[in-house]
Amino acid sequence: MRAALAHASWELRLTLRNGEQLLLTLIIPLVLLIAMCVTSFVPVVDGLTRVASAYPVVCTVSVIATCFTSLAIGTGFERRSGALTFLATTPIGRQGVVLGKVIATVLLAALSIALVTITAITLGWRANACALWALPVLLIAGVAFASWALFIASAFRAEAVLAIANALFLILILLGGVIINSASMPLSGLISLLPSAALANALRDSLGAGLAPGWSELVTLAAWAIVGFALARSRFRWQ
Amino acid sequence: MENLRISYGEIEAVRGISFTAAEGEITAVVGRNGAGKTSVLEACTGIRSYASGVIRVLGSEPGRESTRVGTMLQTGGLYPTARALEWLTYLSRVYPNARDPRELLALVGIDQSATTTARRMSGGEQQRLKFAAALLPNPDILFLDEPTAGMDPQARRSLISIIRDLRNSGAAIVLTTHLVADIEELADRVIVLRKGEIEASGTLAELRGEGSSMHFDARPNLDIESLADDLSANYSVSEPRAGHYVIEGDPSPQALARVTAWLAERDVPTTGIRTGRTTLEELIIGDAE
Repeated sequence: MRAALAHASWELRLTLRNGEQLLLTLIIPLVLLIAMCVTSFVPVVDGLTRVASAYPVVCTVSVIATCFTSLAIGTGFERRSGALTFLATTPIGRQGVVLGKVIATVLLAALSIALVTITAITLGWRANACALWALPVLLIAGVAFASWALFIASAFRAEAVLAIANALFLILILLGGVIINSASMPLSGLISLLPSAALANALRDSLGAGLAPGWSELVTLAAWAIVGFALARSRFRWQ
Repeated sequence: MENLRISYGEIEAVRGISFTAAEGEITAVVGRNGAGKTSVLEACTGIRSYASGVIRVLGSEPGRESTRVGTMLQTGGLYPTARALEWLTYLSRVYPNARDPRELLALVGIDQSATTTARRMSGGEQQRLKFAAALLPNPDILFLDEPTAGMDPQARRSLISIIRDLRNSGAAIVLTTHLVADIEELADRVIVLRKGEIEASGTLAELRGEGSSMHFDARPNLDIESLADDLSANYSVSEPRAGHYVIEGDPSPQALARVTAWLAERDVPTTGIRTGRTTLEELIIGDAE
């Protein structure tokens, strides 16, 4: 466990020093939140304040950026440099590397969401008890996105991982039911089955409208998490 | 290691290899590219799974005694964006018996690059940083895959002297190389791999003693039958590749004099005549060429 913590702090340190990763995981969500609150380019959900409409969207962006895009890109390049293979020969071992990555990713996502939450509260967001639903939702979504990130990082070359992870980030956020509610999009039935839409809708319920999220969103997220976890477990490659 | 076998899909890269590396000795695993050197070494460090066979490192399965094992892999092993000292300092926290990172950087001669990121280092500097990481645990056994690759002569000298010091202080060292000079300067025992099998093994002297012969290089298509006639029946002459002649048999001074006399009679200049026994180079390259 000591080794895993040491590795987690090492990964966080390198990630936070990398300008692109920092921009993606911490700056973009904050800028998006502020932009959505002071402009009107995204329609407000009926009966909600602007910040209550924007905050769940931005939490979703944070999770996708940290647990998916950033993790996939980082892991892709680590595989290419052979750094992970070497660490597997040290007392950190494979378990320590994997556990360390999990801890680092959770901490990075928590940091990103904490910054967004503090900003949202400053902008007037208020929660009720249903906001607590967001915790299990974020956890399941985090596992789902991180598993798919590790799978993609193992399946392609580092440059391809970079391109795919960035492209999926934009596609999921713009067309995957995040910024625009999947209910008001064509093919809404299909889009709401995406993990991005399921996460955004569950967070809109719990953090925005103050309701318990629907079962269909929870089941969708859990299905993505289970399939992704199984794939990552069987397909993860160290080099 | 007993009867190790490693396969990549259909291809069997390592086909039944057994050897023992003793403490206080340098064991060199040598061979051409693709002979299976790296596969063997990676299996010893626990990162390469093997089809069958038994490996024991310090009495345990590979990867178990990782606190007492130093490893230098051939490909990678560095974070491109991490600085040299920072990387060693991080690693030093996970080894119970770690050496001082600053001292190690000075030992391998890159203390002036302590705050340089790995991707800004030259190939030789990266190689030295990887070597420093292998020394960090104060290891009882070291696995070094092509440690001298990409090093300038001075860095190579210093690396060789560090490896010898470790051997003299009782560590077991297993390294791979395809450079004859490395073998001559470092190896106590040599294991020659060819196509995944052990072609020859033993001390340097033992290997050189096997198959006594003489070799010379001259213009191609000399009349080797006439040379064989000049020598006694204990010798056989062949030209395994154009212009390279091999005379199997005891390289006695008399036999050597006959060969040079024969060359002189025909006014054939030679670009190199080796009195001797099988050279390491020929062992590694093999007779196939």
